Amino acid sequence: MSLLSLHNVTLSFGGLVAVNKVSFEVGEGEVFSLVGPNGAGKSTIFNLISRFYTPNEGDIKFEGTSILGMAPDKVPSLGVARTFQNIELFEQATVLQNLLVGRHRHRNTSILSQMLFTPAAHRQELAHRAAVEEVIDFLDLQPYRDKYIAGLPYGVRKVVELARALSTKPRILLLDEPASGLSIEETQDMIFWIEDIKKQMGITVLMVEHDMNLVASVSDHVLALADGKELAMGTPAQVQSHPAVIEAYLGTGEIG
Amino acid sequence: MRFVFKTSYDADIGLFKHKQQMAWYLLLFAIVIALPFLLDEFFIGEATNVLIWAIAGMGLMLLTGHTGQASLGHAAFMAAGCYFNVILLERGVPFVLSLPLAGITAGLIGVLITLPVLRLHGVYLAIATLAISILTEDFIVIAEPWTGGVTGLVAPPISIFGLEIDRYGTPWLFYYLVLTVVFAILFMYRNLLRTPTGRAFTAVRDSEISAQAMGINVTRTKALSFGFSAGIAGLAGALLGHFAGAFNHETFNIFLSIQLLLMIVIGGLGSIHGAFFGALVIALLPQFIAISRGWITDLTGFSATNIPGIEAGVFGLIVLLFILFEPTGIYGLWFKIRTYFEMFPFYRKNMFKRQKTYLKTERLK
Repeated sequence: MSLLSLHNVTLSFGGLVAVNKVSFEVGEGEVFSLVGPNGAGKSTIFNLISRFYTPNEGDIKFEGTSILGMAPDKVPSLGVARTFQNIELFEQATVLQNLLVGRHRHRNTSILSQMLFTPAAHRQELAHRAAVEEVIDFLDLQPYRDKYIAGLPYGVRKVVELARALSTKPRILLLDEPASGLSIEETQDMIFWIEDIKKQMGITVLMVEHDMNLVASVSDHVLALADGKELAMGTPAQVQSHPAVIEAYLGTGEIG
Repeated sequence: MRFVFKTSYDADIGLFKHKQQMAWYLLLFAIVIALPFLLDEFFIGEATNVLIWAIAGMGLMLLTGHTGQASLGHAAFMAAGCYFNVILLERGVPFVLSLPLAGITAGLIGVLITLPVLRLHGVYLAIATLAISILTEDFIVIAEPWTGGVTGLVAPPISIFGLEIDRYGTPWLFYYLVLTVVFAILFMYRNLLRTPTGRAFTAVRDSEISAQAMGINVTRTKALSFGFSAGIAGLAGALLGHFAGAFNHETFNIFLSIQLLLMIVIGGLGSIHGAFFGALVIALLPQFIAISRGWITDLTGFSATNIPGIEAGVFGLIVLLFILFEPTGIYGLWFKIRTYFEMFPFYRKNMFKRQKTYLKTERLK
């Protein structure tokens, strides 16, 4: 059964149809990529899944149940974690504190016991730290653990955002352009990490990405979009050679 | 330079970063405990005043410094705490109950009043809370049967299990009472900041969008912060009532709200230290000006006692200078000086220069 599925989802802002009858299914344990030119509606689909937007039509289901009745802050409790295209970290906090915010949905002590820092609250903090430390280890963030985000270079921030999403122990990870702005080496690292996230951690990945090298090397399925509509779906090779996709990226070749 | 080698998670979770830091705070603790033995009665009163301002400052710091919501209405919550405490005392409720109850009530009022305005951001939230502050003044006058209207109320002497505490009769006892409240709030404040609730506060401050994406209920978190903040302000108000002895609607006018906000800006937003530094400035400034007026008169022969509005002018100048040259406040200044000596000679001039970030996810909705 598919983990996440969209059925005929449509969203328009006034006259502009940002997402037009898009349907796809992401199976458990796969890496699914959304590609397409700017303005194709890829990030909008992410914001729909995060429930920041509500579709005009259609349904979004997680494990067969609709999530449209949920508030945005309830979606992460299903095990949906995401990153943002333009990095939305907590700037005036350290890397460690950022990752600990990711553990928010796993908190299990009352505010009162947190205020008094009871032994239960202390145990919980230790457990959070242990969980976060695993992610830090996995993504090699040790040198930055106690650094403030405001002073970190772009590439590291990108990784911290991935780390924060992983700290929530998600079942599906939504990565919004994980490699944009990264150097060739950093992109190479990202490829390894995404493969490890899929194989070692067993986390499903839904990804928006422009770097076709990255998409082709990690994706199981690719959906190409243009102007909010589906163009083609299939394996990376199938989509890359699909005439409609080539046309959307390169034009028809007719002059005049 | 010092390197702290962390060997357990508790090194990060603990209240102090390392032994030496703990030693400094123990020294500070010893000083504040010994203070009544070192000062005469007038200055004990001034020290108490600083602590009461610091409590109110901590209340607003939690909301503005850590949750990022500006409020110009905190005089209202101080008034709520102050009046409720005295009204309870007059009805025969013992002080050990009336003080916490006053804090809790102020907190609940804070949550109730602010729930409708929580959808507002930034300057709009400030305006809405400003309105609350103005309305409170009128409400106190109208609710005369409880509040005494324009004539106000007189705070009865405090009695804790037979121990009589009076602001003028036994100022050192009142000082210790206020100090106890300070430590109780500090303890809970620090604990909140190192647990999920406090991290949710700072997450909401830095990015509401990604706080939501991490499963934080933004509205609930803001309301919670408002509640705690108003509650702490209420405690400060109750103590202020006892400190002032008598109070009426003018004690809690709009200028108190503004002073509070400016105070934590001067102190340094986003750190508990800032509330204390700001309180030192705001509570001692009038005394300092009064003393320096005497000096100026002695030095120049020119009578400086008659110039009106010096206090507000000097205070405004201080705020202006801080916003222009040191937006991180006194705590930021102190932090830089400390880092300079800790890292000597490796400190660089632009070490704390803020990077401008132009990339921000376009606001959704």
